[in-house]
Amino acid sequence: MDHRTQRAANRVEGRSAAPGIALGPLLRLITVKPEMRHSRSAAGDQKALADALEASRLDLVGLAGKVEDEDAEAILSFQIALLEDENLAAPAFERIADGEVASKAWVAAIDPEIASYDQADDAYFRARASDLRDLRDRVLRRLAGEVDQAVPSGVIVVAEDIPPSVFLATDWRDGGLALRRGSPSSHVAILARSRGVPMIVGVDIDQLESGTDAVLDGDAGALIVDPDPGLRADYDRRLTEQTEAREAASAFSGPVLTANGEPVRLMINVTGLAELRDMDSSKVDGIGLMRTEFLFQEHEQPPTEEEQYQIYRQMAEWAAGKPVTIRTLDAGGDKPIAGLTEPGDVNPFLGVRGVRLSLRRLDVFRLQLRALARAAVAGNLKVMIPMVTVPGELDRCRVLFQDVVDELRGEGQAAGMPPLGMMVEVPAAALTVEDFNADFYSIGSNDLIQYVMAASRDEPQLADLARPSRAVFNLIGHVVEHANGSGREVSLCGDLAGDPQQLASLLDQGLRSFSVAPGALGPVRAAIARYSGKAA
Amino acid sequence: MNELKASVLMRHEVGLHARPSVKLTKLAKAFKSKIDLGLSPDGPWIDAKSIVKVMATRAPKDSTIYFRAEGTDAKAALDALVMLVDGDFRDGP
Repeated sequence: MDHRTQRAANRVEGRSAAPGIALGPLLRLITVKPEMRHSRSAAGDQKALADALEASRLDLVGLAGKVEDEDAEAILSFQIALLEDENLAAPAFERIADGEVASKAWVAAIDPEIASYDQADDAYFRARASDLRDLRDRVLRRLAGEVDQAVPSGVIVVAEDIPPSVFLATDWRDGGLALRRGSPSSHVAILARSRGVPMIVGVDIDQLESGTDAVLDGDAGALIVDPDPGLRADYDRRLTEQTEAREAASAFSGPVLTANGEPVRLMINVTGLAELRDMDSSKVDGIGLMRTEFLFQEHEQPPTEEEQYQIYRQMAEWAAGKPVTIRTLDAGGDKPIAGLTEPGDVNPFLGVRGVRLSLRRLDVFRLQLRALARAAVAGNLKVMIPMVTVPGELDRCRVLFQDVVDELRGEGQAAGMPPLGMMVEVPAAALTVEDFNADFYSIGSNDLIQYVMAASRDEPQLADLARPSRAVFNLIGHVVEHANGSGREVSLCGDLAGDPQQLASLLDQGLRSFSVAPGALGPVRAAIARYSGKAA
Repeated sequence: MNELKASVLMRHEVGLHARPSVKLTKLAKAFKSKIDLGLSPDGPWIDAKSIVKVMATRAPKDSTIYFRAEGTDAKAALDALVMLVDGDFRDGP
C-alpha cells in the first residue's frame, strides 16, 4: 500500500496561526461573522441572513439526528423544511434590498406567517405558530452571532470564522481550531497563541465533516484528515513532547538571561483578566501590552468608566508592583467596533483608527483616560497610545490626560498621571522618534511591518513580503538607539517578539525588553538563553 | 410540453398538516417537473414544492387534493404524489 499517496490525499493545507499539535475528531461549527451584524450594506446583510438561515438549518439537522421522540422529530423536520423553502425568507431578502437591517427584515417576513397560524380555526394549525416562533428566534440568535453547538474539549473545531466571544467561552483543552477566514494576526489568533491552542487559517473546510478523526498541525499549518496509524503514532509522540515542553516551560521561573548572562525583560500580552487567571505574576516581568479593544468588542455597549477601572485595577494588583502597560483603544483597521469605527472606511488600515479615532471620539476616550487615571494609583500602571503618527497627537493626549486627572481630583477621587508612552508602528513616527514627547516606546511590529512593506498581513499571496526585512530591522534599530541614548524604555510587543527565530535579530538591534503571548513564554525564554551576542 | 392533472381524496385525520406537508413537499421536490397543488379543479394553484404555501392551504380532512404537473417526469410525479396521499402519508416501503 502506498503510504505516501494516502498521506497526501488526506492533507488539507492552511497557514499556521498558532503553533502546536492537536489530535481529535473534527467538529464543524457554524457561526455568523460578528462584523456582519453591523454591516451597513444590503449585500452584507443578505449574506448575514443567508448564513444565519443555513447555520440554523444545520443546527436543526444536528438536533434531528439526536432525538428519538417521534413528535420532536416531526417538529424539527417541519422547521427544517421551512428553512429549505425559499418562500419563507424571500420577503426578508426583498426588505433588505430596500434598506432594512437583516434582523428586522427577518422578523417582518416571518411574523405574518406566525400570525396566520395563530388565527387558524384548527387547534393543530394554531399549535404550529410556536414552531415558527422558535424558528424565528433561532435565526435571530444566529444573526446575533450566538452559537448553539456546545463544543466539548478535545475536538478540532472547523468553521468559517469564530468571534472572540465564542473562542473565550470554549474549553480548548487538547483541542485545536481550523478556520477558512481569519488571519494569523486576527484577535482569535492572538488569543489562540496566548492560550497555546493550535490554530490554522485559510483552510478549505467544505469537505470536512464532523466526527472524522484528524490531526491539526499548527506548526506546519495543515490539517491531516483520517491519519493512518503510522502518522498518528508520529503525532502522538510529538503531542507528548509538546505537553512535556509546556509543563517544563511553565515550571521554569527566575530571571531571563542570554547565554552571556545579560538580563532581558520578558512580559506578556493580554486582552483581559481571563488570561491572567492561571498565570503567576512572579514568572513574568509584567504586562507589556494590554489590548483594550476586547473590552469594547465583546459588548453591545462600550464599557463604563467603572467597569474599565475595575479591570485595570485588578491587572495592576495581579502584577504586584510590576509594570502593567495598557494601550488605549486601538479600534479600526482589522478591529472594527460597532458604533465607534466608521463603517464606510474604504481603506481602514490607512483610515481613522487608533489615536486618530480616540481624538475624534473624546466622549469614549475621556472615559477610558479617567478609568486609567483612577487605576494608576493602584499599582505600576503605564499607558500607551496606538497609531501615533505626528508629535501633536501625543501632546494632545497628554493634555487630555492631565485634564481628567485634575477633574477627578476636583471630584475628590484619587487619581494619578501614569507614564505616557507611544506605540511605534507608523513609519513616520519611527523615522522621527526623537521628536515625540514620550515617556517610553513600544514597537508594534505587526503594523510596522505591514506599513513599511506596504503589504497586508492578511493577504496570503504576499506572505513573503509582509515579513520583517532589513528595512524593518533598520527602523527598529533607529528607535532602540534613540531610546537607549535618551534613557527611555523601549520594548517590542508584536508577534515578532514571540517568534524564537526572529529573536536573535531583535537582540542584535539592542532590544532587551519583549512582550509576548503567554503561550510563547517558554520558547522565547529558551531562544533568549541561546543568544550569545551579535554574530560577527 | 403537456400538462397533466390528477386528484385524490385526502383522508388523513388531521388534514394537510406539518408532517404530511413535509412528506408531500419532499416528494414533489424529488421530481424535475413543475408541480402545483390546489383544492379545486381550477385552482387557485400553489407550488407543491413549497411547504410555506402547502401549509397555507390549511386543507382539512376529506378534502380533495388536485395536482397539475408539467415536465419530463410529470406522469411519474403525479403517480407518486397520488399514492402518497391515498396511502395516508404512511412511510413507503
